[in-house]
Amino acid sequence: MTRYIIKRLLGLIPVIIGVSICAFLLIHLIPGDPARAILGERATPESLAAVREQLGLNDPLHIQYLRFMGQLIQGDFGRSVITNSLVIEEFAERFPATMELSIAAMTIAILVGVLAGVISAVKQYSWFDNISMIGALFGVSVPIFWLGLMMQWLFAFKLGLLDASARLSVELRLDNITNFYVLDSILTGNWEALFDSLKHLILPSLALATIPMAIIARMTRSSMLEVLRQDYIRTARAKGLKEKVVIFRHALKNAFLPVLTVMGLQFGTLLGGAVLTETIFSWPGIGRLMYEAIMQRDFPVVQSGILIISLIFVFINLVVDILYSFVDPRIRVN
Amino acid sequence: MKARKLVVAFLVIAALMVNIVGCGGGKETENKASEGKGNDKVFVFARSGDASGLDPINVTDGESLYVTQQIFDTLLDYEEDSTEVKPALATEWENSKDGKEWTLKLRKDVKFHDGTPFNAEAVKFNFDRWRDEKNPYHQGDFAYYTAMFSGFPGVIKDVVVVDEYTVKFVLTKPMAPFLANLAMATFGMSSPEAIKKYGEDYFKNPVGTGPFKFVKWEKDQQVVVEKNPEYWGQKAKVDRIVFRTIPDNSARLLELKAGTIDAMIGLNPDDIQTVKDDSNLQLMLRPSMNVGYLAMNMEKKPLDNVKVRQAINYAVNKQAIIDAFYGGLAKPAKNPLPPSLWGYNDNVKGYEYDPAKAKALLAEAGFPNGFKTTLWAMPVARDYMPQPKEIGQAIQQDLAKVGIDAKIVTYDWTTYIQKGEKGEHDLYLFGWTGDNGDPDNFLFYLLDKTNTVKGSAGNVSFYRDDRVSALLTEAQQESDQAKRAKLYEQAQVLVSEHAPWVPLVHSTPPIAAKKSITGWLPHATGTECFVSLDKAE
Repeated sequence: MTRYIIKRLLGLIPVIIGVSICAFLLIHLIPGDPARAILGERATPESLAAVREQLGLNDPLHIQYLRFMGQLIQGDFGRSVITNSLVIEEFAERFPATMELSIAAMTIAILVGVLAGVISAVKQYSWFDNISMIGALFGVSVPIFWLGLMMQWLFAFKLGLLDASARLSVELRLDNITNFYVLDSILTGNWEALFDSLKHLILPSLALATIPMAIIARMTRSSMLEVLRQDYIRTARAKGLKEKVVIFRHALKNAFLPVLTVMGLQFGTLLGGAVLTETIFSWPGIGRLMYEAIMQRDFPVVQSGILIISLIFVFINLVVDILYSFVDPRIRVN
Repeated sequence: MKARKLVVAFLVIAALMVNIVGCGGGKETENKASEGKGNDKVFVFARSGDASGLDPINVTDGESLYVTQQIFDTLLDYEEDSTEVKPALATEWENSKDGKEWTLKLRKDVKFHDGTPFNAEAVKFNFDRWRDEKNPYHQGDFAYYTAMFSGFPGVIKDVVVVDEYTVKFVLTKPMAPFLANLAMATFGMSSPEAIKKYGEDYFKNPVGTGPFKFVKWEKDQQVVVEKNPEYWGQKAKVDRIVFRTIPDNSARLLELKAGTIDAMIGLNPDDIQTVKDDSNLQLMLRPSMNVGYLAMNMEKKPLDNVKVRQAINYAVNKQAIIDAFYGGLAKPAKNPLPPSLWGYNDNVKGYEYDPAKAKALLAEAGFPNGFKTTLWAMPVARDYMPQPKEIGQAIQQDLAKVGIDAKIVTYDWTTYIQKGEKGEHDLYLFGWTGDNGDPDNFLFYLLDKTNTVKGSAGNVSFYRDDRVSALLTEAQQESDQAKRAKLYEQAQVLVSEHAPWVPLVHSTPPIAAKKSITGWLPHATGTECFVSLDKAE
């Protein structure tokens, strides 16, 4: 097992180099001059020249890349050229927000998605199956910005049950320890903030959960259908095992492998930040940070950001691969 | 059936979730924003973007300047309802005979929020930091300094401390808009001690002398400032201001209607009527200090022909554009200057909408069947142009009616500006928001012949007229405002006749707020101090 993990970790090195080259080239080759983005409509030739020089934009591309990698190896992700703050700090500030939202969304997606998938498979072609699969189709196809606005209108504006944007009401104060607001409010025993932060978390996480929920439900259903037709299920039933045991212990466990893969991929995607959800719900996460950085040609944030997000994604995949071996012992043997 | 149990389990989970949701019921949404800690009066103001920094000299965006304006004072300030200057941290000022030296007397009772005194040394420290690229605290791009004072060190040759409360500016040449520049929010006075203490991180630890003190900044969420009880002037009426970031225009309006915020900027034009119809809300209009225009590249044929340019002016229906894309909230433009500025020439007649006249002029110019051209539309919305692509299409249709076939072209924003400055376009939608309320800031930058250098042109019509240039240059050197106004009035007559642009609109950006908000005087410069703003309980 340890050897396997080490091997996988070593395999990350070419991935990181590849990603860093892509990230670097992406932001440097698209049209749009960072110096101009910084200075805006009021740029003068002198100030443009000065800023280009200051940012090292006059050097050849490969020199700029080597400088970027050199700093990276020393753990220096650079400073934003727009706000002048450290890129790593900008990420550290927003990552907990994205993480909190992603975990909440994945929890909803997995709970609802797996359950709906299992029931649909067991009761194939029943009304529940039909409705939930139509729901899943709706879930993957509905535009998030529309769904988000509708949910805000209904739950926040019409019913006044939930909060439409941000992570916490402005009148509340919360001591930040981890910057996961739900966790922080529990740690500090601030129940008012816990309740408030949950009310802020529900709508965006529901909106964000729709796509993974739908994908997981469909994946679970098809995978379960396949497994349920196999001989050992018939044998298990013939032995007189309870249906619950047959479904959850025998069928679901074996059907879970492809579902787990999808979960890992979906979770990795969510952690990269969800621009639309974060925009509609004013959620201060990674997605908006990256979006704005790209629009403003804030290249240190973009190139280091892509690298950080890719690392997270690769790491999640590694975790999923390790989890495989627990779900399916055959993988451990091989 | 076991499967039924699963269905039950599923429903229980769903019910639990609804229950969690339901616990929030019964909350009063109406007055949520006014519930402070204790009896604090909190004003919650939302806009689409977060501040990029809180060091006023290193930002140019309204989102940042709106916050810094509360924390910092400037040496001079604008009158509440115009762009004339009035005393602020400086109480008196005097210009030398040759116009090259300005002596300012400072207030003696002012302290920075960190307790350090404000005096002539502090003024010198700030200006030296901005002007001198070798200054150890010159960290950042200082974009507005170089734009307003022409580079580093630019027009300001030296800043001399005469005595503790008198400071003298020595300029390289007379500069008529000097005082108006000093009143810009970007030239707020920072505490020298705070700059020394925080260095590169000063942008997130701002310390000024203003009516509000900085409390905290949570990126992409909110910036909080609180009342400065020791403020030297009229003290603020609200205890705290929260600047919230809500990127989506519709979501922001929903929050206002739900009562979780007190005011917002950035309304969709379609939502203006919604706000007008809501009895809990009020709509305020910011006096216009901008112009949206269609520049015609005079280096391209047939736009070099004045008759063609005049024909295009007659062909565009400005009022229809305003009704369709500005929610009716804009004035049709006939001059490059907005009417709120002194020096505006209301006697200029401009070009009314008259397609027949346009056709006649085109025929006279030798294009009875029109011609083909390109019409460049900006990719981003601005106050002066909320829906550039749609406005481009409207103009395209207007032009088609007189036989001109214009193809719409667009690029990403920085490329768009770059290509425009290089003069690659034919017809080019663009605009300008004034900085200091001085006509020079519009006319010289946008229409002087010296600003037509390829690659950095502000004058994107590449309009080069010696008479206009002579008038604008003379106005820059003249210190008497009445005389300057006359010169600008003459220049506008010539510009209208030569028609390098189709001046389209002067927009009045709307602000939506709860009815309970009073004492808000939107200023033409785009931001204002909230010292007299109040909130009824």
